[in-house]
Parts: sequence; structure tokens; C-alpha cells
Amino acid sequence: MVALPTTYLRKENAQLIIAPLDAMTVIYHRRSGITHIVADPVPQILASMDAAPATASDIVQRLAVLFDVDDVEVEDIIAARLEEMAELGIVERVRA
Amino acid sequence: MHEFRVQVGPAGFRIGSLWEGPIRTLEELYRDYPTPTITDYSVRLEAVSFLRRFIRPSVAINGDYMLPDAAPLPLAHALLAAEMAMNVQMALGWRRHLLLHASAVEKDGKALIMTGESGSGKSTLSAMLGHMGWRFMGDEFVLLDLVTGEAMPFPRPISLKNDAIAAMQAQVAADRFGPRMRGTPKGDIRHLVPPYKAVQSMGVPARPALLLFPSFGFDAAVRPVAPSEVFARLTQASTNYVALGEAGFHALTGLVKDVPARAIDYRNGDEALALVNQLWDALA
Repeated sequence: MVALPTTYLRKENAQLIIAPLDAMTVIYHRRSGITHIVADPVPQILASMDAAPATASDIVQRLAVLFDVDDVEVEDIIAARLEEMAELGIVERVRA
Repeated sequence: MHEFRVQVGPAGFRIGSLWEGPIRTLEELYRDYPTPTITDYSVRLEAVSFLRRFIRPSVAINGDYMLPDAAPLPLAHALLAAEMAMNVQMALGWRRHLLLHASAVEKDGKALIMTGESGSGKSTLSAMLGHMGWRFMGDEFVLLDLVTGEAMPFPRPISLKNDAIAAMQAQVAADRFGPRMRGTPKGDIRHLVPPYKAVQSMGVPARPALLLFPSFGFDAAVRPVAPSEVFARLTQASTNYVALGEAGFHALTGLVKDVPARAIDYRNGDEALALVNQLWDALA
């Protein structure tokens, strides 16, 4: 049996307040009251996520439209960031 | 119990003391300040034990908000104990503004905010500028309005330490100083009553215009500080950022986005003043 890739859903917009500052962006998570200071590509990943669940591969394809993402490892990087964001409660795993 | 009440900026304090001496000193230091109709905080200076009231007395600080491990201070440092206790009330209890551990001065309705570790010189710089045509707004806390982003003054008597005492004594009349407290945990401390103008206008806010991170003891230099670094440093300099939640986030991101920030290094007061004036003039 082939494992399905993990799918992630961005928390509804009302849960996150995102303020870009410079190379870093600050994100206030309303439910926990915690402020996260994040670097690229986290803001770009969040911006690429909409109401539908997405896999790391979906997100790479969306980012490829806007950025040069020819690095073969980029999907691993995106997947790692998505996992970190899921741990923080910024995104949600909807199917494991 | 002897009692003294004082209004500082938006906060009203009531200080009770087992001893009369510290209350007399407070009355002298705060002689220009109004008496509050409502007190926000109560502070009590009490004896560590009954006998300690008479034999080598030590002052224990009690109040609405307390630090669990605050060590008692000798009675000679009771004024310091009262000032520390007032700081603790603000740091732990205040919710109406975003509180930054910083000093501030004002000119032309615009505020210069200085923040840094103890020993960075933020207090001394604010005292010097406050006697050189700027309005002194405070040397301990800057209160940021959660809606307008303006800085509210909190002009307490200025806590001068060690070498800064002589530097200010050369400039200011002797009757503006409190007693010299020797051998405190921070060395010698002497309080300086803020200029009358600063107390008179302590209800008048100012729009933050420049944020400085001074460091004393290095060759004169100026460096820009990236907004994200300013944000991180100010969350550490704020005692109530977490408690304020979303309101604190908006106030702080607003400040960081709107106000230029510089780190300045200096070896002496003249160097620091020259750098401050140069940076301030460059804003215009």
C-alpha cells in the first residue's frame, strides 16, 4: 500500500496576523497568543495556501510560478517547513 | 504606617512605610508631582521581622504585585526599595499601554526612545538631554498607546548611578538631588528630580520618531538596526508584550515599521550627545 502524501491546510485567515518587516516576517497566532518570527520561505508558503488542502508538491508547483525553484531538494525543504508550521499550529495536517 | 501618594504619568501610587524617613524622602523627591485621586497600586515597605524594625533594620517590599525572590534591603536604601517596588507594580501590572523598558525625551512633539541593558547609559543620556532643551519623558519606562502608537511620559526621578552622579551634579542645582545611597546592588545611586517642565507636562504624549540602542564603552559608531531585530529586542525590553496579546503585537509592529532605529556606541557623554544630535537632525 502506497502512503498518501501529507496534506496541509492553512489556519483560517482570522487566526493569523502576518506582518512582513524585512527579510523576516512576524506572525501573531491568535489562538495561542504567540508571536513567531519567520524567514523565507515560510511567508511565501503561507501566501500560496488557500482554502483547499495542499501537499508539499502542490505548494512547490504554486511557488514555481512566482519564483525560480529548480532545486531538486526544494520539495523536502517545503515539506520540512510545513511540518514545523504544523507543530506550531500555524497550519493543520488534514490527512496523514 | 506612614503613607505617601503620588501620580506619575497615568499611574497613581500609594506607598505605605513602617518608617517615616523614607516617606519624607519620597515627599521631597516628588514635591512637584500631583496627588492621585485614584491609586492604581499599593506598595508597602515593611520590616523583615518585628525585631528587625529596631536592630539593623531591613526593608521588605510588599505590594499588589511582587517578585517572589526580592531580597530585603537595608533601611538606608529604603528609597531604592520604594522605587524598585513602584517599577515592579508597573512592569507586572500595567495593561493600558505597551510598556518598554526604555528612556525617552521629546522635542517638537517627537519622541526619541532609548533602550538597552542596564549600564548602556540610556538613563544618563535622557537626564543630560532633559537638561539641554529636550523634555524629559522618563528614564525607566516608555508607555506606548495601544491605539495611537504615541509615547506617554512616565517621568520618575532619574536614577543616576556611579560616575553619572558627578556628571549631573556639575549641571544641576544641589537641591534637585535625593540622598546618595552607597553600596547598593548597582553601586552608588542618587536620584535627580526631573525638570519641573517634565512633571508639568507628564500628561502630554509624543509621537515616536527615533529609536536608539546605546552601548557605552566602545569607539563611537552608528549602525542601522533591521526592523526584525528591533522587533525581537523590543519584545525582550517589554514587560507586558505577551500579556497584551494582539493589542501588543499591533502596537509593536506599528512602532517597528514607522520609526527608524540605530545602534550607537560611545565612550563618553559628549560623544553620545553629538551622535544623538547628528541622527536627530538627519531626520528633519
